[in-house]
Amino acid sequence: MSPAHRGIVRDALGIGIASGAYALSFGAISTTAGLTLLQTVALSLLMFTGASQFAMVGVIGAGGSVWAGAATAALLGTRNALYGMRLSSLLGNRGLKRALAADFVLDETTAMAIARDSAPESRFAFWATGISVFTLWNLGTLIGALATHALPDPKVLGFDAAPPAAFLALLAPRLRAREPIAIALGAGLIALVCLPFVPAGIPLLIVAALVVLLGFRSLPAPRGGRPAREAGPPGGESH
Amino acid sequence: MLWAGILTASAACYMLKLAGVSLPERWLRDARIQRTIPLLPVALLAALIATLTFSTGHRLVLDVRAAALAVAALAVLLRAPFLVVVSAAAATAALLRLL
Repeated sequence: MSPAHRGIVRDALGIGIASGAYALSFGAISTTAGLTLLQTVALSLLMFTGASQFAMVGVIGAGGSVWAGAATAALLGTRNALYGMRLSSLLGNRGLKRALAADFVLDETTAMAIARDSAPESRFAFWATGISVFTLWNLGTLIGALATHALPDPKVLGFDAAPPAAFLALLAPRLRAREPIAIALGAGLIALVCLPFVPAGIPLLIVAALVVLLGFRSLPAPRGGRPAREAGPPGGESH
Repeated sequence: MLWAGILTASAACYMLKLAGVSLPERWLRDARIQRTIPLLPVALLAALIATLTFSTGHRLVLDVRAAALAVAALAVLLRAPFLVVVSAAAATAALLRLL
C-alpha cells in the first residue's frame, strides 16, 4: 500500500470511529424513544444516513406520527442527492457497483473523496470511508441499543431529552453565514407558532415547504456566469 | 405501522442517494435546486430542535429539556465531540429530574 493510501485508511478509520461513537447515542436515543432492538438496528442498516435516522426517532419519541417522521427523514436525505451528483462522474460506476456505491453517499464519504488530488485516490477514499463508517455505524448502533435495553427504565439516563442536542451538533457546522442563521431562527420560530394548531410533525413539513418556496423564488438574477453554489458537506463529520 | 414507516423512509433515503449518482447531472445543476437543498437541513434541524425542546403534544412548555439544550449549545461552542454533546444534554436532563 502506498503512503497516500495508508494515510487515507488512517483517516477513514478515524472518521469511522467518530461515527461509531455518534451511533452509540443513536442506539440509546432510538431505544429510549420506544423502538425495538430490531427496528433500531434496521434503521442503521437500511436508512444509513444519520440526520434522517435521528429525525425519525426524534419525531416518534415525541409522540408524533410515524409518517411525519418518515417524511422529515426523507427531506433531510435530499442533500445526499447533491453529494451523489458530485461523486457520480468521479465514481463512474455502472450497474451493481453503482447501486452499492449509492448507499455509501454520505457527508463523510463526500468530504473524504472530494479532498483528494487524483481520481483513483478519490475513489479509494470514498470506498475506504464508506466501508469504515458503515461497519462502525452499525456496530455502534447495536451496542448503544443493547446497553440501553439492559436498563430497567431507559429514561433514567435522560436520552429522551437528547435528540435536540444531536440536531444542534449537526446544525452548528452549517451556520457559518448570516443567511443560514436567519433561516434557522425563522424555521424554529415558525414551527413553534404552528405547533398548537396542526397535527404533530406537520410544523416540520410547513417549514420545509416554506424553504422550498424561498429557495425557488428569491434567487438573484444570475450575474456574469457566476456558477451555482456547490453543495458540499459542512465540516465533513456530520454524518 | 412503525415498520412500514421505517421501510418506506429507508427506501426513500436510498432512492435519493441513487438519484444523485444516476440522474443526468444537468437536472440537479439547476441553480434553484442547488440553492434550496442545502437550506432544507438547516431549516428542518432548527425546527426539530425547537419543537422537540419546547413542546409536549400541542402545548408549548419550558422544562428540563431547555436546560439540556443550553448545555448542548455550550458543548458545541467548546467544540466538544458529538457523543459528549449528546451525553452532556442527557445527563443534564437526568440530573435535573432527580432534584
